[in-house]
Amino acid sequence: MDWRNFEDERVYRAIAQGKRPAVAAALNLIDDRRPESRRDVEKLFAALDAYENPRRSHVVGVTGPPGTGKSSLASALAECWLGEGLRVGILAIDPSSPFSGGALLGDRLRMTRSDPDERLFIRSLSSRGEKGGLTPNAWLMSRVLLSGFDRVVIETVGVGQSEIDIAHVADSTCLVIQPGSGDTIQFLKAGIMEIPDILAVNKADLGQMARTTAEELRLALPEIRDENAWKIPVETVSAAHHKGIERLAAAVQAHFEWLDTGNRLEDRRRQAEARWGVKRLRERFGEYGLEKGGGEDGMRERWMATSGSPFEKLERFGETIEQSLK
Amino acid sequence: MSASDKRPERDRPWLMRTYSGHTSAAASNELYRKNMEKGQTGLSVAFDLPTQTGYDADHPLAKGEVGKVGVPIAHIGDMDTLFKDIPLDRMNTSMTINATAPWLLALYVALAERRGVDPALLHGTTQNDIVKEYLSRGTYIFPPEPSMKLTVDTIAFAVKHLPKWNPINVCSYHLQEAGATPEQELAYALGAAQTVVDAVRDSGQITADELPKVFERISFFLNSGIRFVEEIGKVRAFSELWGHIGRKRYKIEDPAMTRFRYGVQVNSLGLTESQPENNVQRIVLEMLAVTLSKNARARAIQLPAWNEALGLPRAWDQQWALRMQQVLAYETDLLEYADILDGSPVIEAKVRDLKDRAVAELERVKLEGGMLKAVESGYVKRRLVQSQAERLRAIERGDVKVVGVNCFTESEPSLLAHGEGGDILKADPEAHARQVESLRVHRETRDAREVVAALDQLKLAAQNEENILPASIRAAHAGVTTGEWARVMRGVYGEYRAPTGVNVGARSSGDPAKIATLRQRVRETSEAIGRPLRMLVGKPGLDGHSNGAEQVAVKARDIGIEVVYEGIRLTPRQIAVAALEEGVHVIGLSVLSGSHLELTKDLVRELAETETQETPFVIGGIIPVEDETRLRELGVSEVFTPKDTELNEVMARVVDIVRRQHGLETLGGLT
Repeated sequence: MDWRNFEDERVYRAIAQGKRPAVAAALNLIDDRRPESRRDVEKLFAALDAYENPRRSHVVGVTGPPGTGKSSLASALAECWLGEGLRVGILAIDPSSPFSGGALLGDRLRMTRSDPDERLFIRSLSSRGEKGGLTPNAWLMSRVLLSGFDRVVIETVGVGQSEIDIAHVADSTCLVIQPGSGDTIQFLKAGIMEIPDILAVNKADLGQMARTTAEELRLALPEIRDENAWKIPVETVSAAHHKGIERLAAAVQAHFEWLDTGNRLEDRRRQAEARWGVKRLRERFGEYGLEKGGGEDGMRERWMATSGSPFEKLERFGETIEQSLK
Repeated sequence: MSASDKRPERDRPWLMRTYSGHTSAAASNELYRKNMEKGQTGLSVAFDLPTQTGYDADHPLAKGEVGKVGVPIAHIGDMDTLFKDIPLDRMNTSMTINATAPWLLALYVALAERRGVDPALLHGTTQNDIVKEYLSRGTYIFPPEPSMKLTVDTIAFAVKHLPKWNPINVCSYHLQEAGATPEQELAYALGAAQTVVDAVRDSGQITADELPKVFERISFFLNSGIRFVEEIGKVRAFSELWGHIGRKRYKIEDPAMTRFRYGVQVNSLGLTESQPENNVQRIVLEMLAVTLSKNARARAIQLPAWNEALGLPRAWDQQWALRMQQVLAYETDLLEYADILDGSPVIEAKVRDLKDRAVAELERVKLEGGMLKAVESGYVKRRLVQSQAERLRAIERGDVKVVGVNCFTESEPSLLAHGEGGDILKADPEAHARQVESLRVHRETRDAREVVAALDQLKLAAQNEENILPASIRAAHAGVTTGEWARVMRGVYGEYRAPTGVNVGARSSGDPAKIATLRQRVRETSEAIGRPLRMLVGKPGLDGHSNGAEQVAVKARDIGIEVVYEGIRLTPRQIAVAALEEGVHVIGLSVLSGSHLELTKDLVRELAETETQETPFVIGGIIPVEDETRLRELGVSEVFTPKDTELNEVMARVVDIVRRQHGLETLGGLT
């Protein structure tokens, strides 16, 4: 069976079933920069769109400053979901070396077992120079995993507070916080509240310090009067001691159910697609080109109002900008 | 009356042991009984790697390792066989066991109970020193915090129920092998011991008046090298500093409680392969250093065999090592005198100097936040690596003389090394299959309900942070296995998978021009194959020596490759699945345990099963020339051995493998 033959119907069926070789081949394809591969990527996405996804699949971002235990927490969440019989796909992102472009990706270490679970798939990725905590292909890859897994976890690089991109790719974003780190509170006070949907104070084994931090966070969160709005929960957990993980998983689930009422989930995913598209256009045409095309916000809105596959749109929008640059 | 009747009273000799264990409990028992007939007075049990790292013989990671470096012990039945016809209340048993120490001790206690022996009469030692496992030995399982908790449990339990047992042997032995100078040995071993005593004191498991007993139960395991005056100074300095710590830090007045008690294995790494007969005098001199001072004399000694550097020793070689001890203890007059070195100004000055420098290093460790923090931060490891490098350079320069190696190298043909080799201990190829079969029978014949109940209780005890020994002893009686015990513990405490020292900040060294060429090659290759060149680096099997794999991973990163670093203790299946999921172009494995043929066969099968057979793989390690051809036949693309010292050239060959796989022209060496 050639899993790289994207003419073959069976390849798509296997991806939708989360079969390892098929999913791996699809992710490799997305990484492939040769022009002939781009055509296959388009085929892949058109086909995946055509597959009715019966799963209530959910993309969960795990982000936070270095040393907070993101990897351990992502791993504990994955364990928890596997325990519920769900299939879990993970994208773990590490920084690339600014000198060589190479990278040391070591996150699997915390997640793998001697007999790998058929329902778990892990791909380690390098940031490849992209700022914002993700990797250029994170959104496309998360779409592939979404069709074959019940939960897709994206773990960001974790270089600091500039990692806001994850909130634009994931359905639900969990910000992991180290007890006693005053900077996180400053960060919340600064009003960048669109990032986390759930706050997890890790290392609850630190006892009082963790409880104090959780309390401070609750006080720092803006008061929400609207009954329909999402109220950010603050959970204390200990990934190392496997404590509080079920509660955190329940909070993530509650956010998903909240998203699932009305058009919220669909809106988020369309936003994510638009952000991906505009980002690619900026890479290609720069800030000036983007201005010519109607500015970032304007383009995003137009993108969402336009029908067609993301690749068709990318081409059409690109042509428009090219015209305006002539 | 003859003169011999008036001989002065002699001190009792130290315990004489041989570190041994192999193949199976039955084979090891036979060896032990033979050794005791020869006058050995204590046992020193070597366990195999699966037992040390908490796996049963039928676990995929145990493949190729069962019965290899020691005896496999899976359950109370194996323990019973190991000590068949050996009275537990009269035997002094030392067990080199660390991460799974509480479990092996539980098996030993349960066996005593089953035989109607009062556990309070048990004599012996569990090594149980986790700090040095992170630094050099590599058989840790759990993260540092729960590991320390298990150590504390074992000590607290022993103090209450096993008054004659040494629940921990704080090791400076492995520190010396990792390069430590005498003052570093002193500082780090005493630092580790203090950390342990503090942890027991603060655990809430003992009362304040039990603290002296805790302190008294801490024993040490030392190395003894060839600079024997310095080593004499070292053991005396240990003795004085430990007494000082007992009095000052823990306010213990009774001198009997603050005595420095230690066992020794003399230096094995310093034994030479050339003119190996010279190792006999090395071993004897090293033994003298730890026996001459009556006030700081070793309590137990085990000597290596003269030909250990050549291969597995024969029974006769081990007997010779035992006879060295017996001649010193029974023929010479050493044990008739008080401390013969007391008052020697030279020795006193040496001791003072070592103590001063050790105290200074201990202060430095305190600045790092204590011994555990200094290990976690990598400070101690860096210091050891530095000392080791200096020592090796001194040998290369000839500043340190090694007879038969860098001086006096001409030799008559050796008559000893080529003698009759009839009973060389060979690894038994059937050992694994037999152990797996006996395990299956054991699982079928035990009371399954009792096993489940015992495991539940064990899990609960671990979760509730109770002392783990009582539940472990119950599990031992129920017939729980080593792998089952460790699985419950792994579930509760998690597994420590430190990036084993891969220093992400580290930059690899080498000719900048070569690195630039390699980066260019990686870039071009990535463009030609469409996506960034990715490589998986890891170690299959149980041996924990990861330096080689780490160096390759850092080097590959530095030339622009995306490296998926998988670390140690991987099954072939894990490697194949990781290679598939990660979409790597090449796999690099490091194998030092000697199981390369077996692991390669398994990996080839797993790659085929996961449909990843197209991914080429290379192996690096200590691989005999005759195996290289066989490995290539099995499908290995390249074999790297210690003679391939230039990592840049190694990487050039790895890049060429990927190029060949994708139909690109190969680019050859860098020079």
